[in-house]
Amino acid sequence: MEFYRAHVLVCGGSPCVAAGCRAVRDEIIRSVAEAGIAREVRVIETGCLGPCDSGPVMVVYPEGTVYSHVTVGDAREIVDEHLVKGRPVDRLRHKGEIPAISKDADRRSHYFDIQKRIVLANVGIIDPDSIDEYIARDGYLAAGTALTQMTPAQVIETLKKSGLRGRGGAAFPTGLKLEFTARASADQKYIICNADEGEPGTFKDRLILEGDPHRVIEGMIIMGYATGATRGFIYIRGEYYASIQRVERGIQQAREMGLLGNDIFGSGFGFDIEVKQGAGAYVCGEETALIESMEGKRGEPRVKPPYPGTSGLWGKPTVVNNVETIANIAPIVANGPDWFRQFGTASSPGTKVYTLTGNVNNKGLIEVPMGITLRQVIYEVGGGIPGGRRFKMAQTGGTAGGCLSEAHLDIPMDYESLQQAGSALGSGALLIIDDSHCVVDVAATLLHFFEHESCGQCTPCREGTHRLSQIVGKIQHLQASESDIRLARELAGMMRSSSLCALGQSVSVPLFTIFDHFSDEILAHLEGRCPAGVC
Amino acid sequence: MGGVHVCSGKPASGDSCACDDVFLAAVEKAVLPYRGRPEDLVLALHDVQALRNYLPREALRVVARVLEIPESRVFGVVTFYSMFSDKPRGRHIVRVCESAPCCVMGAREVIDALLGELGVDMGGTTQDGRFTVETTSCLGVCGVAPALMIDDAVYGNLVPGDLPAILRRYE
Repeated sequence: MEFYRAHVLVCGGSPCVAAGCRAVRDEIIRSVAEAGIAREVRVIETGCLGPCDSGPVMVVYPEGTVYSHVTVGDAREIVDEHLVKGRPVDRLRHKGEIPAISKDADRRSHYFDIQKRIVLANVGIIDPDSIDEYIARDGYLAAGTALTQMTPAQVIETLKKSGLRGRGGAAFPTGLKLEFTARASADQKYIICNADEGEPGTFKDRLILEGDPHRVIEGMIIMGYATGATRGFIYIRGEYYASIQRVERGIQQAREMGLLGNDIFGSGFGFDIEVKQGAGAYVCGEETALIESMEGKRGEPRVKPPYPGTSGLWGKPTVVNNVETIANIAPIVANGPDWFRQFGTASSPGTKVYTLTGNVNNKGLIEVPMGITLRQVIYEVGGGIPGGRRFKMAQTGGTAGGCLSEAHLDIPMDYESLQQAGSALGSGALLIIDDSHCVVDVAATLLHFFEHESCGQCTPCREGTHRLSQIVGKIQHLQASESDIRLARELAGMMRSSSLCALGQSVSVPLFTIFDHFSDEILAHLEGRCPAGVC
Repeated sequence: MGGVHVCSGKPASGDSCACDDVFLAAVEKAVLPYRGRPEDLVLALHDVQALRNYLPREALRVVARVLEIPESRVFGVVTFYSMFSDKPRGRHIVRVCESAPCCVMGAREVIDALLGELGVDMGGTTQDGRFTVETTSCLGVCGVAPALMIDDAVYGNLVPGDLPAILRRYE
């Protein structure tokens, strides 16, 4: 074991990579070597630290000094001043706080108090390429406990009692889903981790996978044991090159340690995981379309029932869960259902990971308890709306989620409350839009997306998305009348009841919430004027 | 299907025929690890496409033969997924996001500037065969929107003025 007097953690989350963190990291490494302190200072690339629009971000330990917007030109100064002379470079210090790491938290805001990290407990703190660092944070302890001290039924009971529900959008109780597959008798069962994540505005799963891949691998081992599945697959979007590489490395490390393969922990239970790569199709996030794609076909959804729990991949019982759901499993097994239930609300226990984007001051990755209000998320965690503009709209749950107005700011963010408002938690995307934007223009962008991504298999969705796009275009061009709105409602309502999968069914969610919650602005368009001056 | 590529001897990039024997041998070599595994068709197509940035018809025939599946199924899969192309593409694929989170942050101006800079329409390939511009539903870096991706590198927090310097890095 080597000892270092300082660690520099450079955020390697995809948004920071897009902001140029790799070049900064390389310059830090070069400067450290040139200063002759390479044996004293270790430079590590971690997962996402949270403030995605402040990148490149880095932390210097043991002080916990956070630097943001670091350029290649700043790297040498940080090394010479901070690491050689021990004087932090004040002009580069991050102005906000980062919950996982900030030691000198600014108590004037609630940013620090509100967040609670269960899923992201290790993200940004460990080197995601090191299985040793994961194990040092009690990694694989839950899998060891489950496999050697619990029966599969006890594992399922623990998850049922915890109240964990699917974090991919459908909110199905996780324990129940596992129980269905555990009860099915078959010669082969499968666990699939759905990391397709095509929902615009959503990138939490990528940051979980890239920041702490072993957490997901461990969750899948536990799920395999609970259901009797011996093979697992992680289906990752083709565009997520970094996630694919990192997860494959993680699987390899777990195999080398005997944490995947035969007879894990000497329990007699064997489990292995393979990565499958997507190729750019939003509909593949739908579980049966994903299964079709994994079988090497066009990713067209299947007619349900039968559900994957009894007839999934190759017709065998299959559990399909989202990345975030699976990342919750090891902590629940390790700490028990009562521990989990102390966070969130009675019917929506635990936390929710969101990606906060759009017109908000602190963009990025956050994890908060279920049930905090939209206002708290936007103004306390998100730091409010930039440029002195007013809040106009929040779309929750991605493009297929509902659009909420100012009147909904005090709504608790949990499954039931959002459903009552016509919306959903969905994928955890939170798109904040200020008053410089027009709701009809936003609706047109959303419809364009659905039209483009409809797989074309079922008529209501294929034709419906096209027609709705035309109608919204007509509103946008100030040429629509009341009857067009009625037609759009009728069409979207029909798609909701007759489309084969959630893509066609959910078009009505953003459309109806825009019609209902922004009716004044829609009416103005029918009268030939755009209040925001956009159309 | 309008523009199914039939081997004409001259691909857009102007180098040797996309479908010569050397290329088809490379295709066969790329697909061989997947022999007998039709479920890995998507992975096989990724590997084949990496050779020339697109999938010529003749290459799909090789894939179908090696995986022992009908050509129609291979073609059906190629046309379903947006990352695959059956038409010649440039040496570098530029993927831009047109979804709401990028649009709210000014993606339209960046996309217009990009197309203007390169002198192409959406989906088009530059005259010199350097770039093909395509849309994607989301790049998953919405925290730094608007963003674009060139091959496997992502660029974020873009304003139109950033484009010339970024494009200059690609030959």
